[in-house]
Amino acid sequence: MDDTLIIGGRQVESRLFIGTGKFADYSLIPQVIKAAKAQVVTVALRRVDFGTPEENMLKYLPENIILMPNTSGARNATEAIRIARIAREAGCGNWVKIEIITDQKYLLPDNFETIRAIEVLAKDGFIVLPYMSPDLMAAKRMADAGAAAIMPLGAPIGTNRGLKTRELIQILISEINLPIIVDAGIGRPSEATEAMELGAAAVLVNTAIATADDPVLMAEAFGQAVEAGRKAYLAGPGAPQRFAAASSPLTGFLRNEDGVAP
Amino acid sequence: MTFYDEVSRLKNIDYAGAFGRITPGQISNILAKSDLQSQDFLALLSAEDAVSLEAMAQAAHRLTLQHFGRTILLYTPLYLANYCVNHCVYCGFNAANKIPRRKLTLPEVELEARAIAETGLQHLLILTGESRRHSPVSYIKDCVDVLRKYFASISIEIYPLSSEEYAELIAAGIDGLTIYQEVYDEKVYSLVHPEGPKRDYRFRLEAPERAGQAGIRAINIGPLLGLHDWRSEVFLSGVHAAYLQKRFPDIEISISLPRMRPQFGDYQPEFPVSDRDLVRSILALRLFLPRAGITISTRESPELRDNLVRLGVTKMSAGSSTAIGGHTDAKEGAGQFEISDKRSVDEMRQAISRLGYKPILKDWHDLSWGSKKEDATFMVSPPAS
Repeated sequence: MDDTLIIGGRQVESRLFIGTGKFADYSLIPQVIKAAKAQVVTVALRRVDFGTPEENMLKYLPENIILMPNTSGARNATEAIRIARIAREAGCGNWVKIEIITDQKYLLPDNFETIRAIEVLAKDGFIVLPYMSPDLMAAKRMADAGAAAIMPLGAPIGTNRGLKTRELIQILISEINLPIIVDAGIGRPSEATEAMELGAAAVLVNTAIATADDPVLMAEAFGQAVEAGRKAYLAGPGAPQRFAAASSPLTGFLRNEDGVAP
Repeated sequence: MTFYDEVSRLKNIDYAGAFGRITPGQISNILAKSDLQSQDFLALLSAEDAVSLEAMAQAAHRLTLQHFGRTILLYTPLYLANYCVNHCVYCGFNAANKIPRRKLTLPEVELEARAIAETGLQHLLILTGESRRHSPVSYIKDCVDVLRKYFASISIEIYPLSSEEYAELIAAGIDGLTIYQEVYDEKVYSLVHPEGPKRDYRFRLEAPERAGQAGIRAINIGPLLGLHDWRSEVFLSGVHAAYLQKRFPDIEISISLPRMRPQFGDYQPEFPVSDRDLVRSILALRLFLPRAGITISTRESPELRDNLVRLGVTKMSAGSSTAIGGHTDAKEGAGQFEISDKRSVDEMRQAISRLGYKPILKDWHDLSWGSKKEDATFMVSPPAS
């Protein structure tokens, strides 16, 4: 069956998106991308050192990836728009992950400023993927403003706490007609699988890979976990039941009335 | 209400009592918590046994790894001028010290900028003594105008300003403020600052808040360790940082723990701080404020700095000179204090890499790039769809 993920008109082969922060060595990043079989890679523009080749993270990225610069550091829509435009001018393409954070303690995104930034950037031809707190009304407004996907957090960035917002993400998956990509909070491959089983279109992982003792092996594990979760979602798992199914149904006697089981 | 009210309220804490009663069991209970309160922070500073210290180190290491990854941001100070009207008894730039005084001309600023930029560093901290006559805000602005061509981020460590003046410098291109209270104990503050505008404890204490109101992106505060009991000073610095974090949630808050070094003049710290106490301070701060930056300067030795990389530190200065013109002329005159870690930026980068960490040279981007054109096109009148 056809199970292609399309974002902004582009076919995305891998449902595991990778973040590039927190690594001990940039040379690990291409190995991580390869091991994870990832295609979409996000890079904080604030960290890109365009002037110094060995410090320029972009030089470490394989050519066939989809680069998604992010607006890390932006505190309002104006700064996010500026960062997006600087990234595009610098040759980073027209994908952008909007990340507007007005709270440095929990690093929770500001949905209101994010909606404002999407309105401007989508009209300006960007493929906009907003990082957000999973709120249905905010997600609807982001979709209306022209977002190409919605990226709700599973838990605050870098906390490795897993799908704490599961119920809210489930609602977004059911109600929003755009790919829902779980971004932030996923600490273990099993949690990535859980998000995919839930029907997420993809997950974005950074801290859990970058801070593992063996980031490359962890990247491979996440790649497999995401694939497994997607397959399980497509296969349609049986709903978990509270009781074992009785082999001698209590209503079996009704079978005779119209010739079919109740 | 400002932090002055809070610090006044905390004046009567019985530190001696609080520091005497902490058991290792209490420490492990605190380490199991996910959100520490200020009394937990006080307890962490108080424990004295090595077992607790190691447990704190393990927890602080994990927490730092989780929030900052294996990275250390590098920056360097650039001293613009050493004219000073203050009489801080511990400082080499003390107005009473007979040292050659000068300030860099703008061409000299550019030469220093080039020399620093060649090392690859993108984060700069500019410093002056306190002299509104010799190094007024207009002079700082002129310097920033030269420097922003070379650096991604420029912070100031100068005399405290009004909110309007901070706004002026932010508009000129600075994005960070470093200001140390030096000593939070108001009585000791008064003793070590016998003359000059710096005698105004409150104006200095509230400077970070004024910069916050002006919209600064990052604030770095701290005590000067050695002037008073380290435990109460580190405690009040941490509480100050927590106060700023809560009042200005969008600002990156960091803490430095500069420890007094010998400098020109004969002042010796009355309350010397051991390596062990410094480490305990860093660990307690990390556990209390998991996302705050922690900065360690070249006042500390290479060996100690290397060991601190895994214990919660997130920023380090490198290739530092505390003398005016010291980045272009090695023979320059008296510095503000003596450097202990004399490694070059290149050597620091290699050392950090060897420890399994990534030295970060750039962690910000000058957003004023093309902003006028952009504001006109996209913010004021977005294109019609």
